[in-house]
Amino acid sequence: MERAEIESKMRELLVEELGLDADAISMEARFEEDLEVDSLGVVELLMALEDNFGVQIPDEEAESIGTVGQAVDLVEQKLNG
Amino acid sequence: MSGVALVTGASRGIGAAVAGALAADGFAVAVNYARSVEGAKRVVDDIVSGGGTAIPIQADVSDADQVADMFATVAGEIGAVSVLVNNAGITDDGLLLRMGVDQWDRVIATNLRSVYLCTKAALKPMIRARAGRIISISSVSGVSGNPGHSNYAASKAGIIGFTQSIAKEVGSRGITVNAIAPGFIATDMTDALGDTVAEGVIQQISLGRLGRPEEVASVVRYLASDGASYITGQTLVVDGGLAL
Repeated sequence: MERAEIESKMRELLVEELGLDADAISMEARFEEDLEVDSLGVVELLMALEDNFGVQIPDEEAESIGTVGQAVDLVEQKLNG
Repeated sequence: MSGVALVTGASRGIGAAVAGALAADGFAVAVNYARSVEGAKRVVDDIVSGGGTAIPIQADVSDADQVADMFATVAGEIGAVSVLVNNAGITDDGLLLRMGVDQWDRVIATNLRSVYLCTKAALKPMIRARAGRIISISSVSGVSGNPGHSNYAASKAGIIGFTQSIAKEVGSRGITVNAIAPGFIATDMTDALGDTVAEGVIQQISLGRLGRPEEVASVVRYLASDGASYITGQTLVVDGGLAL
């Protein structure tokens, strides 16, 4: 999957699953500080990523996700090895 | 009221009464059982003949794979679970000095690990739906202890702590998590006490009698209803005034 495609799907998920404002989402946006996603929200995001991209994200790798861009990085790395 | 309720250990006793009560309120009910298929079928038949919806579903709720399969099957047949009633429980009594590790582990697995597994499985769709009710059957043994009950009491006290923690974890998603601590209810479990013990117990109960499974089921019914929308993290003691 192309990175641009992952990015656009990620935006969709953030709006649909976490109810975020589409305009607030940028690749630099930090989940907790900028997007006000709480710790359970991050878990919801992980579940959504696993379901929608068909990847497995172990807890220790999940901890590296701070921004939307980092979530895209992780999915890209999982999908493309 | 509509939605899907899953009741673990619902082939008899309190679980069977809970399944019937929730069906009467319009829930489609998944009647879980481990071994007593006849009992589960009776509970399902009673509900269906009364115009309700119910399915029997076999699973050992202390087994992670079987719990996952159970939730998938229930979701496929009657929809995602909106009310989970963690009721399945066993006793294997003995004074601590005579209690084996197997005896300890088996009771903790059936009574407490099951609550962890089923609640975890139920929460995912509830979080997505921003609604749901988790109701777990604890026991007065878990509130104030009983000799010979260290394994059972530990599992039931564990449910209370679990309930409070999960209530805090998922409250922001509109999900309530509560426990009920029944006292001595007339079921197969208390029949095993024997007449002498039962008489001694009754003397300690303010209402002077054992409770009926329906008297616990009505409290579950309440906690599952819209009327209980602002109650979470609580343990309601339903014991006829035993622990006073």
